[in-house]
Amino acid sequence: MKRFAWTQPTSLASAAAFAETTVADAMVALRPDTHAGHGAVLQAGGIDNLDLMKEELLQPNLVISLRAIPGLDKIEKQEASWRIGAGTTLMAVAGHPAVQARFPALATCLNQSGSPQIRAVATLGGNLLQRPRCWYFRSIAFDCLRKGGGHCFAILGENAYHAVFDNEVCAIVHPSSVATVLVALGASVELTGPNGATRRLLLEDFLVRPKQNVRRENDLQPREILTAILLPNPSASVRMAYLRLGEKQAFDWPLVDAAVILELDASSVCRQGVICLGAVAPTPYRPRAAEATLAGKVIDVPTARSAARTALDGAMPLAHNEFKLPLIETVLRRAILRAANPV
Amino acid sequence: MTGDPGKRGERLPFGIMGAGLATIERRIPNEEPPPLPPNPDLRVIGRNVPRQNGREKVTGAIRYTGDIALQGMLHARILRSTVPSARVLNVDLEAALCHLGVRAAITLAHPGNRVTEYVRYVGMPIAALAAVSPEAAAEALALIRIDMQKLPFVTDMDGAQTASAPHVFAPDVAPNGHPSGFPAPADLPLRGNVRGPTVERRGDVGYGFSTADVIVEGKYRTHVQTHCCMETHGIVADWRDDGLTVYISTQFTAGIRRELADAFGLRLAQVRVIVDGMGGGFGSKSTLGRYGWIAVALSREAHAPVRLILSRAEEQVDSGNRPETSQQLKIGARRDGTLTAIALSSCGSAGVGLGAGVGDMASSLYTCPNFESTHTDVFVNAGPGCAMRAPGNVPGAFSLEQSIDELAEQLGFDPLALRDRIDPSPVRREERRIGALRFDWHRKRRRTGAPGPIKRGVGVAQSHWGAYVQLDSACEVRLMRDGSVEVLSGVQDIGTGITTVLAQTVAEVFGLEARDIVVRIGDTDFPAGPPSYGSRTTASITPPARTAAWHVLQALFRAAGPLLGTMPAKLVARDGFIMAGHDPAKRLRFSDVCADLRTDSISAIASRQDDYGGFGRQYGNAATAQRDLGGVQFAEVTVDTETGVIFVERVLAVHDCGRPMNPLQIESQVHGGVLMGLSFALFEHRVLDPRTGHVLNPNLEAYKFAGARDAPAIEVIVLQNYQASSATDAYGIAEPSIIPTAPAIANAVYNATGVRLRTTPMTPAVVLSALGRRPKAEASS
Repeated sequence: MKRFAWTQPTSLASAAAFAETTVADAMVALRPDTHAGHGAVLQAGGIDNLDLMKEELLQPNLVISLRAIPGLDKIEKQEASWRIGAGTTLMAVAGHPAVQARFPALATCLNQSGSPQIRAVATLGGNLLQRPRCWYFRSIAFDCLRKGGGHCFAILGENAYHAVFDNEVCAIVHPSSVATVLVALGASVELTGPNGATRRLLLEDFLVRPKQNVRRENDLQPREILTAILLPNPSASVRMAYLRLGEKQAFDWPLVDAAVILELDASSVCRQGVICLGAVAPTPYRPRAAEATLAGKVIDVPTARSAARTALDGAMPLAHNEFKLPLIETVLRRAILRAANPV
Repeated sequence: MTGDPGKRGERLPFGIMGAGLATIERRIPNEEPPPLPPNPDLRVIGRNVPRQNGREKVTGAIRYTGDIALQGMLHARILRSTVPSARVLNVDLEAALCHLGVRAAITLAHPGNRVTEYVRYVGMPIAALAAVSPEAAAEALALIRIDMQKLPFVTDMDGAQTASAPHVFAPDVAPNGHPSGFPAPADLPLRGNVRGPTVERRGDVGYGFSTADVIVEGKYRTHVQTHCCMETHGIVADWRDDGLTVYISTQFTAGIRRELADAFGLRLAQVRVIVDGMGGGFGSKSTLGRYGWIAVALSREAHAPVRLILSRAEEQVDSGNRPETSQQLKIGARRDGTLTAIALSSCGSAGVGLGAGVGDMASSLYTCPNFESTHTDVFVNAGPGCAMRAPGNVPGAFSLEQSIDELAEQLGFDPLALRDRIDPSPVRREERRIGALRFDWHRKRRRTGAPGPIKRGVGVAQSHWGAYVQLDSACEVRLMRDGSVEVLSGVQDIGTGITTVLAQTVAEVFGLEARDIVVRIGDTDFPAGPPSYGSRTTASITPPARTAAWHVLQALFRAAGPLLGTMPAKLVARDGFIMAGHDPAKRLRFSDVCADLRTDSISAIASRQDDYGGFGRQYGNAATAQRDLGGVQFAEVTVDTETGVIFVERVLAVHDCGRPMNPLQIESQVHGGVLMGLSFALFEHRVLDPRTGHVLNPNLEAYKFAGARDAPAIEVIVLQNYQASSATDAYGIAEPSIIPTAPAIANAVYNATGVRLRTTPMTPAVVLSALGRRPKAEASS
């Protein structure tokens, strides 16, 4: 790890003023032929930053801790939504009664993320902004596209854990399981700039596909801080489930995960279904054709199976990840049925 | 023999407790103590004594090598190759040496030297330096300039055997024999990257197969597993004009001392090797290693202590691993189960190292008159393998025990019944019997398939491992005037708990408690101890500890005799007293007797004698007992046939290790073996990038191994198997406990699904592929 300066401002305005780069920009600026540190980066829980800095993939001159800024870890009810401060730890979010009651899929997902030690420190905002786990990206030895280099090593390399959708440019999968659920829930992000001005946009729109920009996973701008996640209040007729499948039972990245949100009418007919798949594409992936098959149906085994199969449309597995296709089918089918018939 | 005046006749316990324990007459050396009764008649040995340094370990008080900080200590870093194959044309240390913090720098790849001018794997050391701080060392490392000519390379074992593959070594510079615990034969032919074959043959397999009623044949593949010691390799080397002191995380202090003396032209007396706390070795810390040599060379160069602790990435890439193997195994049997022939053709790759054999499972576990094996080692451009917990027999068991399962099915035998027929070991027979009862094997086996995607199954597999002894193992026991007792030996506690077992051994002799004994080990200033590999520590060092303690006790009795008015030979030590055996009322406190000693302390040194009944084999300073170590494990799994996820619910491990010295610690070691075996079976896989030769998962996140949620319920049964072989009659458990786990799981998966998995790790991708799953999965919910 290279030397860096550290500061802990107590206001959003001063933190934003310091934050002259994003982590993504700082990593692109760090070319293999340079040895100087680059930029000032924000840090919340620090889980991912520390990893990146230990691997010397990120060598900031200044680390700006957000921990002393009051109010970033509040969970509060607003008019039509719940506002979760981006600095709230995963453990605190998962343990919040409103989250457990209204967004059980989110609580389930959070409880399966990382380890208890990580969940006690990692924040919701940091989780959404963490960088991908692709092993070529995570190794200083590979100057890959996402770090400003010439090509994607995974597409023709060891890609068992990589994307089966949207993988023509760069085959990462989005690292945040929480994002899988939040996208399905229609969450928005609140971003605060240096003058205190905020902008809000759907998380789904905030996340960036490789074809848009391969050097970043989201639209966070320099001097901008992710301050909150806003969850629209679900109606009483909404059912939801989150299911993940990993090689290990815990402390592992999913091979596939799925969040399913169903709005059912009084006779259990599905008015609208939202599906989001994780670990299969560079961004949380919504198979809209599969979602469409759910509308107007009673959710039963054939419906679920049909939707799950439809979700595979357009999949383009790489040399070593074709096994993900039956996993997607199974995980999604089970998630749909679990949402409709909670245990 | 009976006339040997140096020996006397004794009757010792012999056999399995609960299954015909008897006694046997042995001639034992006169200086050995009287026979030790079976465990139920003992007070400290055989009891669940908690780990002596357990509190220090969990509180962080224990001192690991990384905690050593000496005055003026420098910090070393190694510059490693980033390419898998190249010729080094120039190494320029000038700029690095100009860095203000640098105190020494050395070149390891010497241009112009035919042996060392080549780098052969990513991570191979090229140069090293020592600086005043870790940061300065890192900065200076970036200043070293290397000119290299990149060369073609090959990283996969199959590709390396093709005619067009680049050669990893020229024949005259290729390694010849293996440096660490598991030797590879020397002087075998090398063709391209293929070295060997090693051939072993008895009887005539052609004839054997011609007389077989049933033949099973399968191809098995196991992948590279890394040791993943919690504590990475580390050393602090302190070179002084009057000698060298080395603090090192090692499995063999005496061996390191010898290696250092040889490598640096020192006398044994000039070298001192010390290890206190140790966070595991599993075979990877058996020798000095390249990194150890580097630290000492830098210390000599800098005239200052040098600390070198490998990072996790260095550990995963260049500290050894369990080699990958490919095995074609064919077994023939008659309808009654009798084996007629076993033919095993294998190859393995330890990267740029040797020793990728598949052990002696197929040749030794079962009775079979006709046997043939051929093995070749294949060089690839990857970090060297080395001994890892039950080297050879872990991959060897994976193939053999699955093939036997397959054979049992084809013959219509229960897997246990077939083993009863072909396994000559009475110990494993008893283990199978006990295990089947506890596991409820026969009922679980009969269970019919459940509807739905989750299938459940049970499987069994066996272990075979030599009962090793190190002959040059010595121990000193010292008794002080205040009644304190010290045990001193160079033997090291690599986490397996020999500290506690030594305390128990000596406490038993003196009639004290284990906590009364001070154990000082892991230092070559004490009598040389055995290595802690080959599951031989307890077998090697506890007999001399008991013998030395017994000699000290005799001296104490000579002092106590007059005080108690009793013949010394009539005295016994028990419950903290020295008492007359015939009249327990005539007694003195142990400490009161000590207070009357003529000198401040008395001591005795003893070394390991041959097993009383003789050894099975002896080679150099090591030997194996006449009987092997057994072990039978039963596994119960669920397999989700739609996701390919295997979950191991339960493992029952039934093992023997002679006299169990401390069942609590044995259970702990068996847990470790089962978990490591499970992890090998389901998760672990070092991934090499074929295009660059880089390890893609040199960390404990992407290199997956079992965590708490992946752990099954583990039950351990340990036999008391008395062999009348030594002053303690104890043997080891480390390696037997890992050998059967992976094949027991694989056999259970077969029982659950009807699909045989012949490849490790058995990941969802592997399972789904074997099940023939395609996206159009069948109906179920």
